[in-house]
Amino acid sequence: MSKDYAVIGKNVPKIDGREKATGAAKYAGDLKFPNMLFGKLLTSPHAHAKILSIDTSEAEKLPGVKAVITHKDVPALKYGISPARWDENIFCIDKVRFIGDKVAAVACIDEETCYKALKLIKVEYEVLPAVLDALLAMDEGAPQVHDEYPRNINTEIHQNFGDLDKALAEAYHVRNDYFVGQRTYQSPIEPHSAVSIWKDNKLTIYSSTQSPHYFQYYIAREFGLKMGDVRIIKPFVGGGFGGKLEPTGLEFAGAVLSKLTGRPVRTFYDRHEMFAHNRGRHKVYMELTTGVDKEGKILGVHANFVSDGGAYTSLGVATSYYAGGLLTLTYEFENYKFDMIRVYTNLPACGAQRGHGAPQPKYAFESHLDNIAKDLGLDPLEIRLRNARQPNTVTINDFGINSCELTACLEKAADISGWREKKGNLPKGRGIGIATGSFVSGAGYPIYRNDLPQSAAMIKVHEDGTAATLYTGAVDIGQGSDTALCQMAAEAMGYRYENMKIIAADTETTPHDFGAYSSRQTLMSGSACKQAGEEIKKQILDIASTIMSLPPDDLDCRLGIIFSKSRPTAKTITFEEAARRFFVLRGPLLGRGVYHVPRLGGTFKGAAVATSPAYSFCAQISEVQIDEETGEVDVCEVWDVHDCGQVINPMQLHGQVHGALYMGVGEAIWEEVLFDDQGKILNPNLGGYMLPTALDMPIVHSELVESFEPAGPWGVKEVGEGATNPTMGCFNNAIYDAMGVRIDSLPLTYEKVWCAMKEKREGKTESNTEV
Amino acid sequence: MSQVITDKHGIQHYMITINVNGDDYTRVVKANTLLVNVLRDELDLTGTKKGCELGDCGSCTILLENKPVDSCMILAIEADGKKITTIEGIAESSELDKVQEAFINNGAIQCGYCTPGMIISAKALLTRNPHPNEKEVREAIAGNLCRCTGFVNIVKAVLKVSEETNDKEVISNE
Repeated sequence: MSKDYAVIGKNVPKIDGREKATGAAKYAGDLKFPNMLFGKLLTSPHAHAKILSIDTSEAEKLPGVKAVITHKDVPALKYGISPARWDENIFCIDKVRFIGDKVAAVACIDEETCYKALKLIKVEYEVLPAVLDALLAMDEGAPQVHDEYPRNINTEIHQNFGDLDKALAEAYHVRNDYFVGQRTYQSPIEPHSAVSIWKDNKLTIYSSTQSPHYFQYYIAREFGLKMGDVRIIKPFVGGGFGGKLEPTGLEFAGAVLSKLTGRPVRTFYDRHEMFAHNRGRHKVYMELTTGVDKEGKILGVHANFVSDGGAYTSLGVATSYYAGGLLTLTYEFENYKFDMIRVYTNLPACGAQRGHGAPQPKYAFESHLDNIAKDLGLDPLEIRLRNARQPNTVTINDFGINSCELTACLEKAADISGWREKKGNLPKGRGIGIATGSFVSGAGYPIYRNDLPQSAAMIKVHEDGTAATLYTGAVDIGQGSDTALCQMAAEAMGYRYENMKIIAADTETTPHDFGAYSSRQTLMSGSACKQAGEEIKKQILDIASTIMSLPPDDLDCRLGIIFSKSRPTAKTITFEEAARRFFVLRGPLLGRGVYHVPRLGGTFKGAAVATSPAYSFCAQISEVQIDEETGEVDVCEVWDVHDCGQVINPMQLHGQVHGALYMGVGEAIWEEVLFDDQGKILNPNLGGYMLPTALDMPIVHSELVESFEPAGPWGVKEVGEGATNPTMGCFNNAIYDAMGVRIDSLPLTYEKVWCAMKEKREGKTESNTEV
Repeated sequence: MSQVITDKHGIQHYMITINVNGDDYTRVVKANTLLVNVLRDELDLTGTKKGCELGDCGSCTILLENKPVDSCMILAIEADGKKITTIEGIAESSELDKVQEAFINNGAIQCGYCTPGMIISAKALLTRNPHPNEKEVREAIAGNLCRCTGFVNIVKAVLKVSEETNDKEVISNE
């Protein structure tokens, strides 16, 4: 970042650091209102069953129970975050579709009474055969999860670019590999909570949300309210990672319970219920066929995927398009076929998890590419350099790439990890692997069709100029957008970060923004904040010119000091002085900003998904040590080199890489949501799910390459999700380098590594085949 | 032994007195009331977070007689007569504790939900071992899960406090 900047590019302390460090920060579950009730949901104990009857009379009689509701008490309108498939009801009407599906809810004077009341609700079920295996879901005669979707097909994609058959026919070498991913769960440490207050025909909900806007839109739609009568407020949010993007039963049921009782109702999920609500990463079955020339240049790729979507759509249509759409980013090739089927099963719904749709296909493709490199006798780094995406190119599926320093990322990662010295020279049991990643800097189109700008912002300068408040709909869920956006606003204003305040993510007081998903806020919300800051600066220089008797064009403002550009010795005045003068003469000093995405992408079906104004790139190298006795995978060190454009706050930026990488580490080796043969989750807790601890996290080196993204304010682009994408493939390649075994399913558990080593010793062939 | 009061439904309640952040509080609790709920619901000390209520995540870590424990794993009646420090009482004055400062300055805080418990565990470590090595830091916070930071800057922050602590200060505090 250029030294010319006064506020951005610097490690300012997090704007909410003190509140969080002292325990003063209030999250939705910490909120208390006079007369508040507690609400809990009753969920299905069966994966698939008809509801024959629901008897709530006993529960209603229990002292302390204020309301009991079922499908009869709520709108029957189906909802969902993805407008392509609204398939969920507030409460199940005729049947339940997974263990954890919503059946009823209670509002009581305390939590304990809620649990007692839930036990008194009698639901009579007729258990139906369930479909728990995605690969069997499409069979004739398989149980139907939704009558409207024959053969349980939720989403079907067939895209064809260039001439793949010709490319494969002309290829020097064609390889086919098959990989299987796993279901993971975001596992934010804060459980979902909401406080709903329905009063005087207006609904206010405090919720642990990643997007007040989508909550407001879908909740208003469900209850037939005007959007202006629904207020969504985001208190502090304890992490989301995609799992808090859509409204849940907590908001829908909580709203109705509040309406019926006339009291605020706090609803919440416990850890087990969070796992059941899920919306985590889809398990994807991935077949890849790639043709290359003699030099390893990729000529064409066929990605043929099936994914397990669970019982509802959630954001899964987009996930499905992302899964194949994003595969064209890191390596250049001109022929591509992408087939994908997302099926319904009687399991919790899957949705968008950090790296949305990309990490598992990336694991498969990076493992596949290493197999190809081995077939050709090429170094894994070399085959990636030969195919690496270059700047100012367009992918075969019509994504425009501006800045792209993937080659520099690969070179730097190789340098700092000692790749060239280590590759082939490490002792047995120790290996080094490489992979790349890329991600959008904000989705090019909103989740439901509308013409709203992506982001808007306002700044109000205090009457005496000693503070300025940024109003933004952007959503800080921990990633630090409140801090970065205040830095950007202050920079554009010529003001000081220390004097910035922020009001964010409240649909009543802050201007529209779609929220925290698809790594969009630094670029998109940042653009709006920059524009609002610039508008303030223009006005402040205008009034300063009358005070200083100098032309406004000759003035500038930096860190709150207004000075003449041409006369360095001329007397300066302060921002405060000018701002006060402005208020006295002209009234409130306000700045406004708005950001629209230019029209992006092609015209084929699904062309909008994975479009973005800018794409980040990164390379990861990891070194692992394998215990030959136990199969234990010890990741010793990881080097991540990111091309994320210019940097607003280096400390926060590297923090994002660390976190994304951590999620990749967990998914690579340990994390998996497991089910029994009835569709019941076996490990619905953080211990059983094996969330990595501080002892499991490898040594991480996060580095950057110089890059400037023309589509972003001050040249910025994505960082928060991209580093999750390469990790699983990177580790798999390192394991292969160490032991010569290829693990073709996630997670890369010790047991799988041990079994693969045993098979290899016993001379069995690898499961991946060459064609 | 706490005083027992039986209500009209025959349910027994226990009168307990706990010393929290230096002050005594007397409350009537049930046999199954968790300490975390007394702190959060009765005393409004919501800095102590609930993340799992199973003893997995460590968000509800407090100091009980100067030892870090998960307050969701302790019954309120077990804490009767004991000394408790929560995140709200970790700093000796209105200033921040060094650990809190280091967390802020080293990027150890993202969403902040694990932060209070993490700071309590780090504080307990640094009190008994002012100069831990990296492995000791990781072991001390292994019961505190963080989903945001990969623990990288948390470990860095704790080691920074150790670096900046001079030993004279340690001795005089003891």
